[in-house]
Amino acid sequence: VTAWRRNRWLIYGLLLLASAIFLLPVYLVVVTSLKSPAAINLATTWSLPQVWHWRSFVDAWSTFAPKLGNSFTLTIVATIVSALMGSMNGYVLSKWRFPGANVVFPLMLFGMFIPYQAILIPLFEFLRNVGLYGGLTGLIMAHVVYGLPITTLIFRNYYAEIPDEMLEAGKIDGAGFFGLYGRIVFPLSLPGFVVVIIWQFTQIWNEFLFAVTLTSQSSQPITVALAQLAGGEAVRWNLPMAGAILAALPTLLVYILLGRYFVKGLLAGSVKG
Amino acid sequence: MKMTRDRITAILMLLPSLVLLGIFVYGFIGQTAWTSFSDWGRNPAQALALNPEIRMVGWQNYRDLFTGIIDVRFRQDLVNTFFFTIFFLAGCLGLGLGLAFLLDQDVRGEGFFRTLFLFPMSLSFVVTGTIWRWMLQPRGGLNVLPTTVGLEPLQFRWLTDRTQVWRFDWNDLPSMTGLLVAAVLLGVAVSAWRSRRRTRAGVALASALVVGAWSLTLARSIALLPFPELHGFNLAFIGIIMAAVWQMSGYTMALYLAGLRGIPAELREAARVDGANEGQLYRYVVLPLLQPITLSAMIILGHISLKIFDLIFAMAGADNATTDVPALLMYLTAFRANQFAKGAAIAMVLLVMVAAVIVPYLWSSLRGEVRR
Repeated sequence: VTAWRRNRWLIYGLLLLASAIFLLPVYLVVVTSLKSPAAINLATTWSLPQVWHWRSFVDAWSTFAPKLGNSFTLTIVATIVSALMGSMNGYVLSKWRFPGANVVFPLMLFGMFIPYQAILIPLFEFLRNVGLYGGLTGLIMAHVVYGLPITTLIFRNYYAEIPDEMLEAGKIDGAGFFGLYGRIVFPLSLPGFVVVIIWQFTQIWNEFLFAVTLTSQSSQPITVALAQLAGGEAVRWNLPMAGAILAALPTLLVYILLGRYFVKGLLAGSVKG
Repeated sequence: MKMTRDRITAILMLLPSLVLLGIFVYGFIGQTAWTSFSDWGRNPAQALALNPEIRMVGWQNYRDLFTGIIDVRFRQDLVNTFFFTIFFLAGCLGLGLGLAFLLDQDVRGEGFFRTLFLFPMSLSFVVTGTIWRWMLQPRGGLNVLPTTVGLEPLQFRWLTDRTQVWRFDWNDLPSMTGLLVAAVLLGVAVSAWRSRRRTRAGVALASALVVGAWSLTLARSIALLPFPELHGFNLAFIGIIMAAVWQMSGYTMALYLAGLRGIPAELREAARVDGANEGQLYRYVVLPLLQPITLSAMIILGHISLKIFDLIFAMAGADNATTDVPALLMYLTAFRANQFAKGAAIAMVLLVMVAAVIVPYLWSSLRGEVRR
């Protein structure tokens, strides 16, 4: 019994130690964001602020509000469009198998693993030629297209769970392709949509490579603005720290409130549903 | 009649996605490949012209990258990616497995700990990079953490440190690769011998000897470069590896935890009844069952680490030479210096590396699915 108890202590001790290490950066961000620039001193990085400087958040908000707006527009539009298209693709691929589907599907999936550098130059050229370079529309388009593989994958695996007999019954009642989707498949899709929407929201909100190469100053999302601010010379560190909190909050809230679905999306990304 | 019309509708509804992915993935990869064989951007005046004069130069860009004097940075970047991948994988797998084991011990507040260890996954690499950039300031952050308990501060310069360890000559690469292959073949031979497959063991041993002999003789005389060129592990990567492990080890923890939960309780009971203690139980029953998870985690994390871009960009800046990787160099080459052809060649090298990891994985997991 004593050995068992000692083990318990060890397990909780290790877990608490790991928690402390995981929370260390969080503590530092919060503390730094609440110090006034004059109070930020490298030697006293870890001490609590003497005076709580809430102004950092006001300043960060006024710097980042337009960029946060860009991020929200971009993320919401691209998430909805790629989720709807993914749902339709998943429905076709799971319930309307056609010859060659076993070849087409892996070819679609490959698109979510490629390093986007391999398509970036033609994408840049293409957007420049059609006049979408530097704007939000081009970025949204890129996120929709390159989001299709993962949304298709999640919906295909999700719809595979719907018994074919249900659709057969619908067919006997005279429902066609759209009737079956509208009356049987779509109403059952809510959990699938939640997983896909959370996943795409997090991915697109956090994305950086497309954002930094395809946007201009006025259309850049929060990730680019934050990297630019923190990467500049002579940084007043309370500002990027407050900015990091603002940039992290939306995805963090989604994760804390809907963590179960977030993990589902995470595990779906390893191909087998 | 109605069936066929529905079937056609189905294909028509899939068609837009197929066309989009066909163009934006495969068409664009083709165009990048074509660009990588050209000289677009070599003449800066032509780079952004409306109709740039472009000539085809064959494999020249690739030859430059691997053996040209100017592109030494690309070769160091490949070495950086290699070391980064190894430590990042080891860190995520080790920490993730350890945390999953701890959480598997019927602990109270498991949900809280799980949420805590996984939350960095929901953050952007840019947010993580910004935070850790501040954590790793040479005169602040982690370096002064020991002073809070009265110890001396650390002096390590983290992201700007220029020390390089485990240095080797680029010209030794063929020979070293050969020795590595020989070692793997030797391992195959030993395991085949143990399971009494003599022919297999013999063939593997013979091949190991041939490759080993080649590495020690002929391979030594292959000179990739006309001069010795040293590369090694840049210690400036330590901080980046720490940040990356902080962010991603929750993912391996979640994978392993799902795997541990999938092991039937009866199996563990049976092992205990047979007299196994907890250590043996993990060593001989649980770990072998987790092996497939380790493999998929390695592939997913491995391809992420080959592509790593935003974390380093946010932590150390795009042009911090000691923490450079091919994904960043491609961005700098193509979009800052407008050397599109060379950027395309770097991107193609990157694509080939990622495809070498991902294609077999997709192949095997989807083939398994069809059989099921």
